[in-house]
Amino acid sequence: MMFDTMDNPAPAAPTPTMPDIAKPAEKISVRHLRFYYGANQALRGIDMPFYDRHVTAIIGPSGCGKSTLLRVLNRMYDLYPDQRAEGEVLMDGGNILDPAVDLNVLRSKVGMVFQKPTPFPMSIYDNIAFGIRLYSRPSRSELDDQVEDVLQRAALWDEVKDKLAESGLGLSGGQQQRLCIARTIAVNPEVILLDEPCSALDPISTSKIEELIEELKASYTIAIVTHNMQQAARVSDYTAFMYLGELVEFGDTERIFTSPEHDRTQGYITGRYG
Amino acid sequence: MKRLYLRRRLINRAITVASIGAAGFGILFLLLVLWKLVAEGLGGLDLDLLTKMTPPPGSDGGLLNPILGSAVITALATLVGAPLGLLAGIYMAEYGRYARITVVVRFINDVLLSAPSIVIGLFVYEIMVVPMGHFSAWAGVAALAIIVIPVVLRTTEDMLSLVPGGLREAAAALGAPRWIIIGKVAIRAALSGLVTGVLLAVARISGETAPLLFTALNNQFWSTDLNAPIASLPVTIFQFAMSPYEEWQRLAWSGALLITLAVLCLNAFARLLAARQRSK
Repeated sequence: MMFDTMDNPAPAAPTPTMPDIAKPAEKISVRHLRFYYGANQALRGIDMPFYDRHVTAIIGPSGCGKSTLLRVLNRMYDLYPDQRAEGEVLMDGGNILDPAVDLNVLRSKVGMVFQKPTPFPMSIYDNIAFGIRLYSRPSRSELDDQVEDVLQRAALWDEVKDKLAESGLGLSGGQQQRLCIARTIAVNPEVILLDEPCSALDPISTSKIEELIEELKASYTIAIVTHNMQQAARVSDYTAFMYLGELVEFGDTERIFTSPEHDRTQGYITGRYG
Repeated sequence: MKRLYLRRRLINRAITVASIGAAGFGILFLLLVLWKLVAEGLGGLDLDLLTKMTPPPGSDGGLLNPILGSAVITALATLVGAPLGLLAGIYMAEYGRYARITVVVRFINDVLLSAPSIVIGLFVYEIMVVPMGHFSAWAGVAALAIIVIPVVLRTTEDMLSLVPGGLREAAAALGAPRWIIIGKVAIRAALSGLVTGVLLAVARISGETAPLLFTALNNQFWSTDLNAPIASLPVTIFQFAMSPYEEWQRLAWSGALLITLAVLCLNAFARLLAARQRSK
């Protein structure tokens, strides 16, 4: 296993004070994270937790670094030279920023769904099978079962069961996005990162995805970046508000939206700027 | 105010007329060439053309040996050049996207892409024909392969660059290793574009004459020996058209029509594939 320090839980991150309720375990702890695009610093020392099997929303105006933060959690930035992260991101106690970490293993545990639906140019069936085949060699019938199971869990099965052999590009935007979520859960991740998953979708598709998030959080740790404050309030348990590369405030979603401690948070959620 | 709109309308009209005129002027000459080609060549387009060998002056014959020769060297040159172009293009668009050498190779490739083909023929003459002591089909294959590489490389790199980065990120986000991201997702997304590039390269070399003059030369007879000179349509057309013999001149016209039709078909097919790629 990559992170074998499970029985040595990390101390709580020095985050802003939280009400005295029993806190769930920290799946991911971000410690003094700095991020650079070349000489440009995008994250200026972020400390925050992502709690196990809870939904954490990251909100903030454009360019505040929320997507950047998400892309650190599966080291997506590693695809590009000139992008680098400093600090620590502990997942189950192991630092995922460690250069020795196997990126393919990490990304199999930390799945990601993007703003624009990205179905692969292949059939609906193969879109799901693609991920499954990366980690196992199931027989045809096992694969059939797994594909059906995953599509069921993504609430897409009824809509596509008769056209599994058709191209995934032929689906509507909302269906494509659920296909992408299905593809992500097909590889059995532990964490799912959602980068503005609904910004390209209509309200009905959006509510379907939100229902899905609600169901998925029983099994997965979820982090969602969103521009839609109502969405953050609806789907998340914890909310982080970021501004200009800094974490301004982190806490219970309810508290952040009802009695934020910082003026900036107050200003953003009431729509004064952003 | 009214005068302003009148002026704009007049300028618009004038530019429209000028553009249509310029386009028509170009197309007119293309049509004239095609018309002359059909008028002169269609009469000779019969079974004899495809089944008989090139004749000695003054007698009847066909173009079987140059057709075969062209097919063989074009196929072999594509077989040699296309994989090199494809692999180099894949390197430049994927593995080496941010590498400095990619910029250098792209520049050199662009130079090669527009290099006069006769220079390539002379180059192969120097490095193959002179040391071997004789002209050969292999030398022709080498010259044409050198023309194929930059064409295929350029289209491969361009087509792969058009594949959205989000698709690669999505595959990477599933934990797919690099070669699967490239092989199963990026290349698949760009596939018809890559095929188009190869087809365009085939169309390009099937009409090349200059690089063959110093390499494959020509052959009046049926030959499948790749170590010997071999006939090809463009060189045969060149030779027959320059000759004083009427039969040869007629064959040259028919050969020219044949090669034009083949290239036209290849181009149309490539366009069709490219259009399908864009609509995806």
